[in-house]
Amino acid sequence: MANEAIPNLTAFDEAALGKAFAALEAQAREAAAVLDGEAAVEAFRLEWLGRKQGRLNEVSGRWLKAAPPEAKKALGVRFNALKAVVEDLLDAALGGGPGDATADAALRAEAIDITLPGTRRLTGAEHPIPRTMNEIVAVFAALGYSVGVGPEVETDYYNFESMNFPPEHPARDTQDTLVVANQERKPLRDRLLLRTHTSPVQMRTMEQQPPPVRIVIPGKVHRNDAADATHSPIFHQVEGLCVDTNITFSDLKGTLDYAMKALFGSSVKTRFFPSFFPFTEPSADVQISCIFCGGKGCRKCKDSGWIELLGCGMVDPAVFAFAAEKQPAYDSRKISGFAFGMGVERIAMMKYGISEIGSFFAGDMRFLGQFA
Amino acid sequence: MKILTKWLRAYLPGLAVDDIQLAADLTLRGIAVEGNYPLGERNGSIGDGSIYEMDITTNRVDAMNHYGVAREAAAIYGLALPALDFALPPARPAAKPFSVRIEAEDACGRFTARVLRDVTIGESKDWFKGAEVATYFGLLEQKTISNAVDATNFAWRAMGQPTHAFDLDKIEGGIVVRRARKGERLKTLDGMDRVLDAGDLVVADHKKALALAGVMGGWDTMITPETKNVLVEAAWFDPMAVRQTARRHGLHTDASHRFERGADFNAAPVASALVSAILLANGGWAEGELVDVRVAAIEDRTARRKPIALALNQVQRILGATKAEEGDEEGITSETVEGVLKALGCGLAELAPPAVGRTFGQDSWQVTLPSWRLDLEREIDLIEEVARVYGYNRFANTLPAFGGGVQALPWAEKEAAVRGTLLAAGFHEAIGSTFCSAAEAALTAPQPGQVVALGNPLSEEAGVLRPSLVPGMLTMIAGNLNRDVSDVRLFEMGTAFGGTTDKVEERPALAFGAVGSMPEESALDAGRTIEFHDVKGVVEQVLARFEARALDFDRFPAEAGLTPEWLHPYRAARAVADGMTVGWFGQLHPREAAARKIKEAVLVGELYLDRLYKLSLRKPAAREISRYQPVRRDFSLVLDEGISWETIDRAMAEIGIPELVEWRVREVFRDTRLGKGEYALLLGATFQAPDRTLREEELQSFQARVVEAVGKAGARLRA
Repeated sequence: MANEAIPNLTAFDEAALGKAFAALEAQAREAAAVLDGEAAVEAFRLEWLGRKQGRLNEVSGRWLKAAPPEAKKALGVRFNALKAVVEDLLDAALGGGPGDATADAALRAEAIDITLPGTRRLTGAEHPIPRTMNEIVAVFAALGYSVGVGPEVETDYYNFESMNFPPEHPARDTQDTLVVANQERKPLRDRLLLRTHTSPVQMRTMEQQPPPVRIVIPGKVHRNDAADATHSPIFHQVEGLCVDTNITFSDLKGTLDYAMKALFGSSVKTRFFPSFFPFTEPSADVQISCIFCGGKGCRKCKDSGWIELLGCGMVDPAVFAFAAEKQPAYDSRKISGFAFGMGVERIAMMKYGISEIGSFFAGDMRFLGQFA
Repeated sequence: MKILTKWLRAYLPGLAVDDIQLAADLTLRGIAVEGNYPLGERNGSIGDGSIYEMDITTNRVDAMNHYGVAREAAAIYGLALPALDFALPPARPAAKPFSVRIEAEDACGRFTARVLRDVTIGESKDWFKGAEVATYFGLLEQKTISNAVDATNFAWRAMGQPTHAFDLDKIEGGIVVRRARKGERLKTLDGMDRVLDAGDLVVADHKKALALAGVMGGWDTMITPETKNVLVEAAWFDPMAVRQTARRHGLHTDASHRFERGADFNAAPVASALVSAILLANGGWAEGELVDVRVAAIEDRTARRKPIALALNQVQRILGATKAEEGDEEGITSETVEGVLKALGCGLAELAPPAVGRTFGQDSWQVTLPSWRLDLEREIDLIEEVARVYGYNRFANTLPAFGGGVQALPWAEKEAAVRGTLLAAGFHEAIGSTFCSAAEAALTAPQPGQVVALGNPLSEEAGVLRPSLVPGMLTMIAGNLNRDVSDVRLFEMGTAFGGTTDKVEERPALAFGAVGSMPEESALDAGRTIEFHDVKGVVEQVLARFEARALDFDRFPAEAGLTPEWLHPYRAARAVADGMTVGWFGQLHPREAAARKIKEAVLVGELYLDRLYKLSLRKPAAREISRYQPVRRDFSLVLDEGISWETIDRAMAEIGIPELVEWRVREVFRDTRLGKGEYALLLGATFQAPDRTLREEELQSFQARVVEAVGKAGARLRA
């Protein structure tokens, strides 16, 4: 396998270079074709690509140095091409090249069934309730609302009295409200109960800061309700409060219209109906055009084309009067505001097609896994 | 409540819209028509109109009858509503007026009585225009009983005024409205013999109680087919007095419903006339004029309330902009306000314009209030009426200007870090019950005895506020296992409660639980059962999100009584960050597992988030990564069973070789070749210098120091 020594080149024109490199390539191919065994492959590598005595090294040493400047570029291109050929030949000899039957057989023996299912680690799923609450909070954050929270065990004062519920209001009945034991001897306003809505946080916030206020209040609430498909003693609300000078009913409408479009899509329409809540006046119920049928009427919207989603209204002056006991700036002749509240379960049930409210609180892995 | 549109239209003959449009318009004004059932579909007669199923808010009792809804329709369409008036045949003079006395002047504001003689009790018919009892009741599918009973029911449905008819011959003397005498007895129309309370308001004669005022009539004075002479009562009773009487006797009737929410002081004579006219249409005569006894103080605060001031600029300040396309550029004007309020029965007297001259928005009025709208008390109530009748959806959608900043909750980022870590570790987020049983609370309360009971729990199992999220977690785990879901990874973040029923304390808490195999799903790997160290790793990952100088896990001997009782005493650990207990976790105590019929090893734990949140979140900081080769050396150690990894770990930490960059336990094993009570541990140590390749001599010296240090800690190199 003795190759000729690298000759000196005398001419550096295209034809001469072509001939010289072609000869070398032919020699390399010839040598590679008969390689047998690892030792031979290694010898081939050393002979052609060795750093000190390799033929390519010699080529670069003799030819490139001797070449006139104008021929160096063409020579370099041909040199690199030859080097690539030699390296490919070496790779093929090492068993990586196409058409090498022995090498392929070795790999074939390592075949696996790639159709078997992938090994999975569980991906934790965020619960649909916090997930929905976070979506709602994010929409209002973009409108300038900070997040407010309050205790789940409240006093009668914050839950009812300061929200303008009259003393004999049915909601104050223990048939509707879960109460903490042993409260009978306390004055009514200090009695502890599980808050029935997130509205008390309105009062707690106003007591702590003068207007302007923009807060959104996500939270858990409880009522003395027997569980069925749509009722649960545990549920969640998101409440909102905006107070400033010159806040109007049309601002309330615009804010909720914007928020509903942000939550359910820009084609959603809203409409407002008079309603009644002790802590707002005027009060309204808000419907959105059915997100399932677009308002044409379907089973989900009971063929009405509309879905009732939230309650809202202008903050009742009586509520401001309670706030003004601690923050005199809540003077209903100078400021105004609106409040709104929505049930998170209802929205989540609608968004994700959930039929039983109890599913939210059962911790069933199969149910929760769907939200991963 | 049901409304028959045929009946409604009889009060408002000018009503031009069809039933469908009427329903929509009423609903948009807060007089909600929940269902609209055309009667043509039932009986083929389109002329009979529809039945509306109404859903009217509790503040609008005045609209819970046909005339009340007609009043709303008149306001919407700007129609004139004829007053209700029922002419009676001329009465024959009475020898002396029937005696009526109101003794309970705080609770009865008005009592009217009319004596009818020689009436004939019989079937109901369509008596006259405005009293089509048979037709309307037929369409409403309300059974007719007798002309006397049906007449009071008709007046109720027509105008929402409760009335009552007594058999006059059973009344001794006259009427007295008074509080019951303690222990007084009355058999009510439902056949119940009742012992009265001294607080009950009754309609009595000079001897005995006849009826529970505003709630239910009495048995003994009820109209029978033999009744000849009738006393018709129409009155106004105080809401609170009626509510208390009704509640004490567990009664809720149409009459009590209305009186509790405030009846119309001026409706009594009209209703009395309607009932009397119907009865007399079947024969008989009225004796004397209507006896009408009133209490001035109550009349003053119902029918003769002081006018309230209303200013146009207040209306505009609260309501804001209207839609431009509605065509009225000015939005809500004086004409709008006056039109709406007058149609609703208010009287408006314009106040003198300000001296400086009248400018837009400065109109103001003194508004007198209709007797049937006790819900109207303040200026804002009138503003609401304007908005309501004008139409909420005719107001523009505007966004208020805002110049402030938005603040997140101080712990929001920490909460997100904890939640994110558990989700990434493959735990699903759950929400469990806020309540648990007293026994579960006693088992899991972090501070013994700090358990808050409910006064009216939903059940015994939900009798107290959860002191820990662990009971709910165990319930959810057991639920999954019962449903044959064998791999469970759950966590819950929520409020745990402590303190006492005087002062309840709330703190944010977290519980997690895991059962089953790891990895959860693999075709090739049989997997293994999840165990203590798997969840310890999760706890470590969570804690690693926080900045703590020291993080320890420790355990206590069973007899120390420190390990929570729900945990396996030898497979549980306490997590301590900077000296603060931040959680407990481990295997569920087999006794508790058995109590819940769980056979599998359940791993469960809780983190005290209130404490964890006292730490800062760890701020990532990059360190230079050495470009020089790290060198790993393994040490096969033999240890006494009593020596834990922590001892070796500490010894390694104290060596003080800067080039010792990392060490960990590679493997723990026990085999028969070891001495009794011994185990083997493969310790892997990595050495690396930031500025050079380590030389063999240096490594030799490091190795020797490691062997020395672990040797002092009680380990020897395995031969």
